[in-house]
Amino acid sequence: MSAEAATGAQTFVLGPVEQIPLGEGRAFAVDGGQVAVFRLRDGSLRALPAVCPHRGGPLADGTIDLGVVVCPLHQHAFDLATGCSTTGADNLSPYEVSTDEQRNLVLQVPV
Amino acid sequence: MTSVLDSPRATPSGPATRRRLVVIGNGMAGARAVEEILARGGAGQFTITMFGDEPYGNYNRIMLSHVLSGEESDADIFLNSLPWYQENGITLHAGVKAERIDRFTKHVFSNDGRVTPYDTLIIATGSRSHMPPMDGLYTPGGSIKQGIFGFRTIDDTRKMVSHARQEHHRRAVVIGGGLLGLEAAHGLRSIGLEVDVVHSAGHLMSAQMGPDGGAVLRRSVEALGIRVLTGSRTTAVLGNDRVTGVSLRDGTDIACDMVVVAAGIRPNVDLAVLSGLPVERAIVVDDRLRVQDEDHIYAVGECVQHRGEVYGLVAPLWEQAVVLANHVTGTDTSSLYLGSRTATKLKVAGVEVASMGLHGPELETDEHIVFSEPSRGVFKSIVVRNNKMVGATLLGDSRKVAYLTQAYDRGLPLPEERIGLMFDLGTPDGDTGVAELSDDAQVCNCNGVSKRTLVDAVQGGCATVAGAMEATRAGKGCGSCKLLVRQVVEWAADGAVEEDPAAGYYVPAIPLDKPALMAEIRKRGLRSVSAVFQALAPGGEDARSKMGLASLLKMMLAERYIDERDARFINDRVHANIQRDGTFSVVPQMKGGVTSVEQLRRIADVAEKHNVPLIKLTGGQRIDLLGIRKEDLPQVWADLDMPSGYAYGKSFRTVKTCVGRDFCRYGTGDSTKLGIEIESRFQGIEAPAKLKLAVSGCPRNCAESLVKDVGVVAVEGGRWEIYVGGAAGAHIRKGDLLATVDDPEEVKVLAGRFMQYYRERANWLERTYSFVPRVGIEHLRDVIVSDSEGIASRLDAAMQDSIDSYEDPWKERAEPVTPGQFRTSLPLTVLPQVPVQ
Repeated sequence: MSAEAATGAQTFVLGPVEQIPLGEGRAFAVDGGQVAVFRLRDGSLRALPAVCPHRGGPLADGTIDLGVVVCPLHQHAFDLATGCSTTGADNLSPYEVSTDEQRNLVLQVPV
Repeated sequence: MTSVLDSPRATPSGPATRRRLVVIGNGMAGARAVEEILARGGAGQFTITMFGDEPYGNYNRIMLSHVLSGEESDADIFLNSLPWYQENGITLHAGVKAERIDRFTKHVFSNDGRVTPYDTLIIATGSRSHMPPMDGLYTPGGSIKQGIFGFRTIDDTRKMVSHARQEHHRRAVVIGGGLLGLEAAHGLRSIGLEVDVVHSAGHLMSAQMGPDGGAVLRRSVEALGIRVLTGSRTTAVLGNDRVTGVSLRDGTDIACDMVVVAAGIRPNVDLAVLSGLPVERAIVVDDRLRVQDEDHIYAVGECVQHRGEVYGLVAPLWEQAVVLANHVTGTDTSSLYLGSRTATKLKVAGVEVASMGLHGPELETDEHIVFSEPSRGVFKSIVVRNNKMVGATLLGDSRKVAYLTQAYDRGLPLPEERIGLMFDLGTPDGDTGVAELSDDAQVCNCNGVSKRTLVDAVQGGCATVAGAMEATRAGKGCGSCKLLVRQVVEWAADGAVEEDPAAGYYVPAIPLDKPALMAEIRKRGLRSVSAVFQALAPGGEDARSKMGLASLLKMMLAERYIDERDARFINDRVHANIQRDGTFSVVPQMKGGVTSVEQLRRIADVAEKHNVPLIKLTGGQRIDLLGIRKEDLPQVWADLDMPSGYAYGKSFRTVKTCVGRDFCRYGTGDSTKLGIEIESRFQGIEAPAKLKLAVSGCPRNCAESLVKDVGVVAVEGGRWEIYVGGAAGAHIRKGDLLATVDDPEEVKVLAGRFMQYYRERANWLERTYSFVPRVGIEHLRDVIVSDSEGIASRLDAAMQDSIDSYEDPWKERAEPVTPGQFRTSLPLTVLPQVPVQ
């Protein structure tokens, strides 16, 4: 599933993009941790750590738009592209995510 | 009686290099001063020697009345027992009286013949009971007559108790109706004596309060069975070798077996006078607690006169001990004692008493606010001068003391409505005024946002209420603090708060209020949330607007609504309520709170099979299974095979009912049956906020109908009252009576029509307790009951549409609506652990 790339990032293939409905997120177990991958309504993909830094809420269950995800527990919001909180919580480090030719999700995790 | 404890313990620096600190007095002031010195590393600087003329360690004199009444044993009140002195390397001469000092050669002379050299001296000789002049205090031999007691030391107290316990001793007279006298009277009364208090001033506790407060206190004291004589002086103690009574100035005699003299205290200054130290009313000290003109002698406590004041309370003593220790140890030589504002809060004879500053108005312009309720023993008096509080007396109710003490100490501006000083008028909004809230006062109790955090946000550039709320999350919990948040923001912005145009929008992303938005949606034929964003939202899709739009469209369109699951909140995607640990709660429908053996058995089986961590009865008379993982939800629903109870949505939730007519001997209407019918009819209906209902079978209101969004009460004569807009959560509100009707069917019609009107007109997340007062109950009666706008039939039809489109969401268990609908989102890392019950 994973391959070490020259960029210093590890690559994980997470399966078909259709696992994620448009406008929602799903959580994936990656390398002993969890990553929330979001499929925006314009079709683009974003990925953040799955745990809200505020009180551990499941971000993949959050509500999203093209800019932010709102955590379902206490409504802290995070910029999907930068991971920065817009509501004063700690920031998150985003992951790079894309699809390959088979329309599989491909996630880059820094080593 | 002398016991000497020499410390065997040598400290690292060795005695030779340390200076000699001698403390005369081992009471609360002396011992506290030493504790403060030790806390500043004093053990390394000094060898410490203490003299105490009582043969004990240090005890809490304030608690002596509890020893007298038997509430505490004398062992309970010791602050520092003898081993404490040993452990801290202190040489204590207990039971030894220091008689004189030579301040030139720096020596202390004590009554055991000892001469003790010092480098630094602290005098903390305290005070003693004042014996007012009267005949018969002393025996011809010169000692105090048997049966007369002071009330100052633990020995006084022990002797009083043993005297009072003697069989034939039944009556006591306490001379002095101040704090100490009342405490003595209360203690003696508690151990069964008849007690008279003789007080020379016109009212009790005359040093702490005015005559009106004293009168209320007198009632409370008399209610304890204590007789009170005010304006009455004791002129003689009767009896030859033992007490038989007292004579008063007016010539009356009171028979008694013991007399307690609690007529004030006097500082113990004999040693200071003998030693040539400056003494006026007490030993004169400067702002560093140094005795005037002495470099090496300090004094602290009740024996001290500072800036003309002599204090007889414990709080000033604590403050003095800190300043003294700063100087003696050299840790803070800039530290100054500037006097204490004496605000006292204590319990006297079981009555709460707080007193500060003036007892009554002194200038013509002083305001005096007084509340008196003698039957409950409550009295409150506040003196205001130039909009500052300069005095207060509170008796029997000390709830506002913390606030008043703050207002008094800091000279805070006061609320215009002065009554707010005395009573809590609801939440601290408006009444207290935001200006005087302290910076660390918590404004939002859900998210723990302080006033300072909000002010910082405003000063950081959030000039709108919504902006500050967004940045701090204040008001984003239960919402009950929103008014206060708004006031803080407006105050912090100092009038520069920008009017928030979005405040009137139904959802933040679309600049339209609800009626205009609904009109646009109809006009353009929009049927999905994404279509609404595309057509009407200038900034496009917005996460925070999705849920409100989804609810609105479902309400407007019923079956014609195109449901996009991403517009739903997680609870509505998986039909369960998310919990703090990311698991969910499952509440099956239990109409009217009525269940059956089959249901209970099934619920029990499911809970057992799925290892449900917590089974909880809800306030809405249902059973909640908590701690269910998302991926297990479909199986749990299948095993339950019961419909959803909608305990997660902004929707019609439940109907609470009482037992009703069948079983209850008071029931006048069949509340259970009607409740079940209402729940069957309106189950799952979406609304701007949740709807909780109740039906009670009689005006005893066991289902709490008056505090429900819609509450129904059966009244005698087969009639039903319908209340709307009640609440008993973050807000408490009694519902308004919408109508009284004869027929349960009519109840269902009007309740449905009201709910439909609310669905169409209320703002997103606006509960009925806000909506009903906003539009007004008269207006609602006109529209709903009298059909003044001619829309009743349309409302009924719209509600019927929604009812017809109801589908039990738990049926989605067979086939997920979206890929991974019930896939886990729980991180593998540790979440806040909810303990298993």
